[in-house]
Amino acid sequence: MATITTPRKSVAVNPLKQSQPLGAALAFLGLKGIMPLFHGSQGCTAFAKVMLVRHFREAIPLSTTAMTEVSTILGGEENVEQAILTLVEKSKPSMIGLCTTGLTETRGDDMTGILQTIRKRHPELHDLPIVFVSTPDFKGALQDGFAATVESILRELPQPGETRPDQITLLISSAFAPGDVQEIKEIVAAFGLSAIAVPDLSLSLDGHLDDSYNTVTSGGTSLAELREIGSSVYTLALGESMRNAAEALQTRFGIPYEVFPSLNTLDAVDNFLEGLADLSGLPVPDKYRRQRTQLQDAMLDTHFFFGRKRVSLALEPDLLGSTVYFLQSMGAEVQAAVTTTKSPLLERLPVETVVIGDLEDFEQLAAGSDLLIGNSNVAAIARRLHSPLYRLGFPIFDRLGNGQRCTVGYRGVMQLLFDLGNLFLEQEENHVRHAYPYAECKMQSEKFSVFQAF
Amino acid sequence: MKLTQGKINELLSESACEHNHKKEGKGKNKSCTQVAQPGAAQGGCAFDGAMIALVPITDAAHLVHGPIACAGNSWGSRGSLSSGPMLYKMGFTTDLNENDVIFGGEKKLYKAILEVKERYNPAAVFVYSTCVTALIGDDLDAVCQKAAEKTGVPVVPVNSPGFIGSKNLGNRVGGESLLEYVVGTREPEYTTPYDINLIGEYNIAGELWGVLPLFEKLGIRVLAQITGDGRYQDIACSHRAKLNVMICSKALINMARKMEERYGIPYIEESFYGVADMNRCLRNIAARLGDADLQQRVEQLITEETHRLDDALAPYRARLKGKRVVLYTGGVKSWSIISAAKDLGMEVCATSTKKSTEEDKARIRELLGQDGIMLEKGNAQELLRVIAQTKADMLIAGGRNQYTALKAKIPFLDINQERHHPYAGYVGMVEMARELEEALYSPVWAQVRKPAPWDTEVI
Repeated sequence: MATITTPRKSVAVNPLKQSQPLGAALAFLGLKGIMPLFHGSQGCTAFAKVMLVRHFREAIPLSTTAMTEVSTILGGEENVEQAILTLVEKSKPSMIGLCTTGLTETRGDDMTGILQTIRKRHPELHDLPIVFVSTPDFKGALQDGFAATVESILRELPQPGETRPDQITLLISSAFAPGDVQEIKEIVAAFGLSAIAVPDLSLSLDGHLDDSYNTVTSGGTSLAELREIGSSVYTLALGESMRNAAEALQTRFGIPYEVFPSLNTLDAVDNFLEGLADLSGLPVPDKYRRQRTQLQDAMLDTHFFFGRKRVSLALEPDLLGSTVYFLQSMGAEVQAAVTTTKSPLLERLPVETVVIGDLEDFEQLAAGSDLLIGNSNVAAIARRLHSPLYRLGFPIFDRLGNGQRCTVGYRGVMQLLFDLGNLFLEQEENHVRHAYPYAECKMQSEKFSVFQAF
Repeated sequence: MKLTQGKINELLSESACEHNHKKEGKGKNKSCTQVAQPGAAQGGCAFDGAMIALVPITDAAHLVHGPIACAGNSWGSRGSLSSGPMLYKMGFTTDLNENDVIFGGEKKLYKAILEVKERYNPAAVFVYSTCVTALIGDDLDAVCQKAAEKTGVPVVPVNSPGFIGSKNLGNRVGGESLLEYVVGTREPEYTTPYDINLIGEYNIAGELWGVLPLFEKLGIRVLAQITGDGRYQDIACSHRAKLNVMICSKALINMARKMEERYGIPYIEESFYGVADMNRCLRNIAARLGDADLQQRVEQLITEETHRLDDALAPYRARLKGKRVVLYTGGVKSWSIISAAKDLGMEVCATSTKKSTEEDKARIRELLGQDGIMLEKGNAQELLRVIAQTKADMLIAGGRNQYTALKAKIPFLDINQERHHPYAGYVGMVEMARELEEALYSPVWAQVRKPAPWDTEVI
């Protein structure tokens, strides 16, 4: 049972946190044919876009209402209207995802009113869904913006319909990468269930080559699928931050739900598969029975290297939680846990303290760790602390393949074990080499023999 | 410096910038004063521009007064390198929360500056205002002044809320802060007749390090680098230089012009890209410093370097000759890169002139020749259309267009601030040739363009 602390200081140094609108953009990008639109200054969009492009190495559709000093004072209605009309004309999106920023929230634009007026003035926009979400920069973090967006999508788009016994809804939090989503969908499909994933990053940001150029997202959850969510028989919420969105579906359509905080330990995957077996009435497919035995074998092979290792984490709450459980399931200890924003799951974590802070706090707490886990901004800290770094979270701009990485399901957990295990193994080998008392003599004699050869 | 509308207008209508030279007496609303279009704008904001211009000062702390988005979504991501201090790479922000927005952020800012001084002992603190702190009316200048008195460290206010305009305007706002608070506040230990400042070169990917050895060899002292790999103290002394050399950018032209006014330092505009431009740059510096001996040394150096370069480039020239490229970039780069590409025997079939001045355009027209296409405006689709139309072999553009090209299976070279390879000076030319050759002749193109065997029709 963790104590949550927030260091008292006036300056954040090397922030770990990113803004809510960035999370909103990421969630919107998992819908097909959408154009996310930030209501703010053009820089708000440009910064978010650059980060997403660097992480995923993909073209990212993202637009701005380009607020200026004058339009901020007069109110943003005209800019929102013009932006929507321009986007409809140029990009022909099937949806627009509109979110606010710190600027327009401080000003206090009445977004509901603005959207109503625009709709009244432009009946031609009647069939264009505009999903709105409020995401002030001065509150919360990426994960909150992402979760709020999923909730907005589910409040606005699904329609009531007759329940289909084989259709379920998957709500997937920002802790899961496109490669994870792909794996989760495959697992669900193996039980003969048809799943609607919200958002579905595995069809938009997985890194794939299309035949033609797209100005909006080329894949993701389609509008038709979103509308049919009311017919799902069950909701599986993956990640604690998806709880409110799942509840919204329960309130609207009476669809029951279950939250799976993580899918990266043997127990967690077991639970998930058991749940799917119950829902579908089908036994767990042979493929996963086999994978389970592979994972158990991998756990045996790798546990030597995980035992009592001290690991420090700088991750958003959902990802922090699942990583803590993963490490403890292998006998490793958590030395420091730093996160970005509040979450009910933090108090339940089996660690002493969770710090809501920045990477300066992290650097102080993480000294002497055997391993650091965090985003690419932790790399400089890892060098200073002489600890290895496993990159996880957002953004990761100094490693390739972020669209495809998978760390969930038996297969993904196994890969995670090998990746981390190899880091520990390498450390140990370096240590052994340095500890070898004759190392220097041996090197000298080698040098000597080289000279002799000449 | 209070940022009044008058001040902004002054920066927007910078008299030395050709964007503001009216054509045939008619006022033209060129890019400096262009307003970003909702739904279409793609660029960064003034805050971004101010950070780009000032963050390369490596021994200063750069503190962003605003909510998390401004610093949280951008810190540490700029490509300018340092040969020493790494403080500039750290992200400092007041990370305003809802309470601060309601009750004002001045106290928090004051404390933040003190904490930064206490814990990191910077040579100076640059404090950037953002949209939100401008909107709630925090008095940046007053807080900075008070904090400077308390800490004894220079605290420089940069009034750069994003909504005042484009990245370009932000550059100038940054330059204005340097003029107002930094330049001329200290004296150099000694001066020489060969002291110059480099303005507007940000040491992206370490480009300066390909050029500085040339100056050293020639006996030219770079007094201050404004701002690539720059030091606060050097910039404070920069008013004692004999010549300002503006590199490849109109961005900080207000600094060059005002330093001429205030300190009588003449300025020239040069480029480090391509053999011809590099040669001209060295020759012009020597001529302006007015030393016959130096001019002779420059000629000798140019002979040596171009010979050596010809040898190094020979194998690449053979492979690059006649290759057709489309260029998509801003301002001065639009012509300086054409000249570099031509040095390598490549054909530039189209280039953007969106951010170019009339003077830039004249130069481009001369370099492009008859058939060259000048793209006035452009987006990804337009770019792809031009590439198809001109049968170009590759695209040279900023990182933002990288995936436009790659998704269309077109070779690509990044020339903007996020890139990892230095292309400046003579050594940079070899690097650029190597990168171009690598991109054009990669074996992946044939493979990614190949349809699946089962998709091809059997004839």
